[in-house]
Amino acid sequence: MSRRADLLGLRFSLTDRLLPMLVGAMSFLAALAIAGTLATTSLARQWQGQAAAAMTVQILSPNAPSTNATLTRLAAVQLALSTAPNVSNPQLMSTADLNTLLAPWLGGDVAQLALPVPAVITANWQGATPPDALTAALDALAPGTLVQTGAAWAARVAALTASLEACAASILVIVALVASAVVAVATRAGLAQRREAIEIIHGLGAQDEDIASSYATHTTLLTLTGGILGTLLALPVLFWLSALVAPFSGQLPGATVPTLPLPLWIALPTLPLAAALIGWGTAQFTVRGWLRSLV
Amino acid sequence: MVRFDDVWLKYHRPGHTGDSGTSDVLRGVTFEIPEGGFRWLTGPSGAGKTSLLKLIYLAQHPSKGRIDILGTNAARISRHDASLLRRRIGVVYQDFRLLEHLTAYDNVALPMRLARHSEAQIRADVTEILNWVGLADRQERRPAELSGGEQQRVAIARAVVARPKLLVADEPTGNLDDEQAQRLMMLILALNRLGTTVIIATHNLDLVSRYPNTRFDIRQGRLTLHV
Repeated sequence: MSRRADLLGLRFSLTDRLLPMLVGAMSFLAALAIAGTLATTSLARQWQGQAAAAMTVQILSPNAPSTNATLTRLAAVQLALSTAPNVSNPQLMSTADLNTLLAPWLGGDVAQLALPVPAVITANWQGATPPDALTAALDALAPGTLVQTGAAWAARVAALTASLEACAASILVIVALVASAVVAVATRAGLAQRREAIEIIHGLGAQDEDIASSYATHTTLLTLTGGILGTLLALPVLFWLSALVAPFSGQLPGATVPTLPLPLWIALPTLPLAAALIGWGTAQFTVRGWLRSLV
Repeated sequence: MVRFDDVWLKYHRPGHTGDSGTSDVLRGVTFEIPEGGFRWLTGPSGAGKTSLLKLIYLAQHPSKGRIDILGTNAARISRHDASLLRRRIGVVYQDFRLLEHLTAYDNVALPMRLARHSEAQIRADVTEILNWVGLADRQERRPAELSGGEQQRVAIARAVVARPKLLVADEPTGNLDDEQAQRLMMLILALNRLGTTVIIATHNLDLVSRYPNTRFDIRQGRLTLHV
């Protein structure tokens, strides 16, 4: 004999089959959205750091004497950079690298073109503010020397990241709203289907909260199941995407086992819980509202 | 105690507005049934018997007038307290209203489970009442597997199992043979002797004459008393 369980016969509701599938689809989308948000944030942070730190110094007429006359302009600038604060790893670009860099515009070997090509030094700039003092000092040693940092690019990457994160957050909110709407519609369909049973139980003295709790418990189990299924189904896709972005995210290219970042492993288990919470809250709200129509 | 004081019940007719859009089902009904009283309710089909019973078991609100059920003003009761009051009222519906997915045992156990009685108490009381109505060997059957008379007996058992203070029955013997009807009347009279207030709506004047008690007759929404 059945005991307290399922007095309302909720297991006979047709929505029992549909609801986990719909919530599963929502959880799948939410998993992708969360992964997208985390990946965007992580890559952007990496790119911003690299772009902001990159500094290039162009020295015109590098073999001409510098203003102190004892060294060439190139040597004077290299010496100044090696002792300048907040500057690390200054490297003179080789002719081959310059050729590669300028080939799209000038073509071939720049040395054969007899153009006054400047010498280029790359370095990392760790200062919090633009290197204006350094620029002035280098210009004094080698007039016309240009110093550029990636700060402007970093700002653009930051703006792009913020907009992508906002998009991902919007997708998550929309997924949550659609999931709530799906649960509300399914609950209403179930209520219509079990109306007679509910009226009988209500007439025998069941409290509104008893009936709402029965529905909410049942719906929570269904949405939790859907959430778990959707999240599990998203895992292979996330591993595949992780393998695709591996070259950009610092993973070894061609690694046999792609990995997911720790924040994603922490976020994914919360999806079924969020689905269950949405199911419970929406069912409670919908059923209590519907019961008000009964005397 | 059940008391009606100038109770009116109007139904709105779909597609009509104003006074022409309503029909009076009950018109100024006034009566009182003392605690432990027994009343028959008779009248032709459509006279308002079922509507009057619905007001008693709190399935409907009156359009006008005051109703007191077991000492509580039904108009001023909260939803929570209305649920608790319903647990003190046993109802035998004309169409039985059994839950199709539950067995006869579980249907009868429903009021006790809602009132959170212990399973041991439920088992004892449900088994006893199913024995009384002659369904001890059918307790694992679902309503669809029972005859009309057996379903009616399950409905009666469910109404009385929690020993209600008020028993409301709408044609409780309509599907029963004479022997079963008499057996169930014995059960209802026994409850009544133990203090349960009883009101039974029926077409069966023969049944009424065999168990003489005060009778309300309702015609065109108006109540007359026959002592």
